Amino acid sequence: MDADGGEVSRILRDLESLKASKSQIELQISALEARLQEINLQRPNGVVPDGSCAPPLLSSVDSGYGHDLSPQMIYRYSRHLLLPSFGVQAQSKLLKSSILVVGAGGLGSPALLYLAACGVGRLGIVDHDVVELNNMHRQIIHTEGFIGQPKVRSAAAACRSINSTIQVVEYQEPLRTSNALEIMSKYDIIVDATDNAPSRYMISDCCVVLGKPLVSGAALGFEGQLTVYNYNGGPCYRCLFPTPPPTTACQRCSDSGVLGVVPGIIGCLQALEAIKIATAVGEPLSGRMLLLDSLSARIRIVKIRGRSLQCVACGENTTFSKPQFQEFNYENFTQSPLSPSPLKLNLLQADSRINSKEYKEKIVNGEAHVLIDVRPEHHFKIVSLPNSLNIPLPSLEARLPEISLALKEKEENRGINSDLYVICRRGNDSQRAVQSLHKMGFTSARDIIGGLEAWAHDVDPNFPTY
Amino acid sequence: MQLTVEFGGGLELLCSSVKIHNVNVELPKGVEKLTMKDLLAWICTNLIKERPEMFMKGDSVRPGVLALVNDCDWELTGQLDTTLEEKDVVVFISTLHGG
Ligand SMILES: [Zn+2]
Repeated sequence: MDADGGEVSRILRDLESLKASKSQIELQISALEARLQEINLQRPNGVVPDGSCAPPLLSSVDSGYGHDLSPQMIYRYSRHLLLPSFGVQAQSKLLKSSILVVGAGGLGSPALLYLAACGVGRLGIVDHDVVELNNMHRQIIHTEGFIGQPKVRSAAAACRSINSTIQVVEYQEPLRTSNALEIMSKYDIIVDATDNAPSRYMISDCCVVLGKPLVSGAALGFEGQLTVYNYNGGPCYRCLFPTPPPTTACQRCSDSGVLGVVPGIIGCLQALEAIKIATAVGEPLSGRMLLLDSLSARIRIVKIRGRSLQCVACGENTTFSKPQFQEFNYENFTQSPLSPSPLKLNLLQADSRINSKEYKEKIVNGEAHVLIDVRPEHHFKIVSLPNSLNIPLPSLEARLPEISLALKEKEENRGINSDLYVICRRGNDSQRAVQSLHKMGFTSARDIIGGLEAWAHDVDPNFPTY
Repeated sequence: MQLTVEFGGGLELLCSSVKIHNVNVELPKGVEKLTMKDLLAWICTNLIKERPEMFMKGDSVRPGVLALVNDCDWELTGQLDTTLEEKDVVVFISTLHGG
């Protein structure tokens, strides 16, 4: 046993340090590739001729074949060149194009991989987050070695390792009204791969102000949506959604969950639409919206309204311009933050609350109590505290008799009054539940501050979080 | 009148998580044509089981919901005044923000 335990911890240590060195080496490779690219750009007949960045090289380098693709490029992109309706012309446009992907998450991952692979001349990536373990099931551009590192760095390294001949630009910062104009103005096409309402309004408005086409995708649960905004007289995001939805309607992947492959599919389609716009091949999904219902394997493409004459951003008499954009408060407008962090309610008096360490004390001291877990049943099945009773918040009122019964049983066993505690995932629903319980006569009910996340953080580091 | 009413983007949670409803809507008395306005009222009474405010605002759908009649945005067909015909497919989709 001991020998095994020793070997396991040695292997874990070795793995840890090897992974650290691996990501270090990947970073060095990425930096060297970026440097090589710069040097090549400065030399007219570089080792790796390419069509990246301004000033475009394509006009200055003639391969002598009547177009500007080098032998290496011809070989690399041959399967594109073999498409009669794509060919040299479309590939050349792609090599001269610049595309900005906002968000290197579930949508951005596949979008970036395909845009890098297909030879987009300059590919920008905006993200301010770091790679986390619970991203890995869907954010397939990142590898385990990059956990804890900026997503932008990880995504850029992956793009460069797929295609060292394109220029990859990293913006390791949140997109805000203060930097959006400057960053987005450097690109031909914008891909919205973000995960919240205020960012979507902000990016759309900025595209309107700058006159850029916007490839917008979204995914949640088992469903996805895709459309192209502000393209060829088509609508912008605000034409479709002039008024923001109530915040309660804005579910997030971290609360509602998402099947990893669903944003994968939508992200691939975003890459496809961006390629179509960049090359002027095919019919971009403007004035139409694609709705994916993955569980029933149905894709519906619907006709949506055109540009609205009354639109605040792109309408006929609008005065919306760069200064207005910079002053617009998107967080107020949508009543939600640009960088969503978990909600932290504070609904109860201090004497109706107990922290997770205090609750631990009560268990250690064997104090009689009933613990109600108000999370949904499928959350409860992931992990729960021993002896907790699962009564999801919406059914609390209907199941009060169960609580009374549980309290009575404890009291009969111990002959003393039992305490009633309520827990949830992060400590918001538990407060709502305690409020209801107080109203319904359970005046001693108290919530455990910060929920199971606080328990895992402050009491039991081995307790799973999700 | 036989209609197919579908919910997506999370709106199905308001109707016991059922996405597709094949329904038979009786025309209100003295009315010859069923409009989207009539249908919305009918849906609220017959299909929406909880949190109606997540579906409706005033006499229309709430912000962030797209209404589609036969795969076409109802803004293009006359919004609340759109008249429905036998076997029409009406879809309500909540816009998604996740990614
Ligand atoms: Zn507009």
